[in-house]
Amino acid sequence: MATSSVPSTLEIVRKSATKGGITGALQPSANEVAKLIDVSKCIGCKACQSACLEWNDKVEPVGINHGVYDNPIDLTENSFTVMRFTEWDNPMTGDLEWLIRKDGCMHCADPGCLAACPSPGAIVQYANGIVDFDSDNCIGCGYCVKGCPFNVPRISKVEVKATKCTLCVDRVGVGQGPACAKACPTQAITFGTKEAMKKQADTRIADLKSRGYDQAGLYDPPGVGGTHVMYVLHHADQPQIYANLPKDPHISRVVQAWKGIGKIGGLGLIGLAAVAGFVHHAVMGANRVTAEDEKKGAKVQEDQV
Amino acid sequence: MSGTPGTVSRYTAPARANHWVTAISLVLLALSGMSLFHPSLFFLTNLFGGGASTRAIHPWIGVVLVVSFAGLFFRFVRLNLPNADDSAWMRALPAVLKGDEERVPEIGKYNAGQKLVFWGMALLILVLVISGLLIWDQYFAQYSRVETKRYAALIHAIGAVVVILILIAHVYAAIWVRGTISAMTTGSVTAGWAWRHHRKWLREEAAKEGRAGKA
Repeated sequence: MATSSVPSTLEIVRKSATKGGITGALQPSANEVAKLIDVSKCIGCKACQSACLEWNDKVEPVGINHGVYDNPIDLTENSFTVMRFTEWDNPMTGDLEWLIRKDGCMHCADPGCLAACPSPGAIVQYANGIVDFDSDNCIGCGYCVKGCPFNVPRISKVEVKATKCTLCVDRVGVGQGPACAKACPTQAITFGTKEAMKKQADTRIADLKSRGYDQAGLYDPPGVGGTHVMYVLHHADQPQIYANLPKDPHISRVVQAWKGIGKIGGLGLIGLAAVAGFVHHAVMGANRVTAEDEKKGAKVQEDQV
Repeated sequence: MSGTPGTVSRYTAPARANHWVTAISLVLLALSGMSLFHPSLFFLTNLFGGGASTRAIHPWIGVVLVVSFAGLFFRFVRLNLPNADDSAWMRALPAVLKGDEERVPEIGKYNAGQKLVFWGMALLILVLVISGLLIWDQYFAQYSRVETKRYAALIHAIGAVVVILILIAHVYAAIWVRGTISAMTTGSVTAGWAWRHHRKWLREEAAKEGRAGKA
């Protein structure tokens, strides 16, 4: 590892559609990085969205106004991150709270996209936890969309390739933080080792609790082995109020059945059927028409003429 | 058949062409589908020009299959309607598998096993078309929700596995029962084959010939 020119954190630990690339979470390590999004500090300026487009050299076509601040209204093949705005009527206080969540890839330790991907090496996971799409290997089938518990990947219309946030792996690889974190004017987005980000989250949560947000907490859902994009939420007990952030995300059981027992059992059954054919033929021998059959068959025909 | 003694006509040229278009598209669908089903078979995408083109072409072959199979369906549906012989044949299945056909009741053009292939294929192709359209994301992504697509993908995979099992049974039966394949190549079988495997059908055909001859 030390002799490799690739930084150890960018070593590929899992590849889609290859042995070992199927299930199980990334082993926790000190190499893991994380982006911490402190929802309570976000002012909704969308500098992160602009920085994301800028760094990834994407242009979001002019869209239409849906009557809300969300723009574009959803993640797209170009917009790997979108601010989602929610007006929430807090029943405890009677206050109207403006919840703003920066949506995008969560970089799961156990990525559903990677589990669902049929193309070897189209989705990889690095030792630092970043989950990345390799366009050269991507076939554009959209299975990653079905695998993702957060509905993040999008398929580009022209190239027909899956796209999503890379956690700016190209910046992280040279010791920089993601473009969105760099652009954020309030440090609502910070980046560092996962350990450091958890510590930082603890201080923020303590601060929020001291200011009356009893349920403040960290969103690092264990159902997907934890994520490498984490949120500090002032209402961590109800993540759904933040534009339907799932409470207990996990890879869909349907996808697990499809990619687990389905894949192995299906191929096994097909193999068994072929073997059964060979065995049956070997045991029974060919079912041949006898000379007597021919005689009797011909007689039926003659009798009628 | 008319005229050739000792043979019985089983399939017309258009029926045979229809069958082979269906067969070829089904095999291509199985190969391309399995290449995206299990990573160990991903190399099969090379037959179709790589992963991306396999992904693009597979649903279009499906369109060919549906049109072609619809032709087969309407051609053969009447002869595949269940009748009293089917249950008798099913009861005699052990004898069928042993090739001991003297213990199997006389059967018309299709036995219960062949009818199962017919109806199994018809039903599963319908399932595969619907589930396939739901995951044909290049054109139809926006018409269903992701959760629906997950079920569609699973159902499509299960359906496809069963279709391939039926295909194996169909091909194996054609190979094991010698003299069958000529029905789909030259269009006719020997009278002996018909006597052995589809005696009732042989009698019907002979009776028709007889009437035609006398007329």
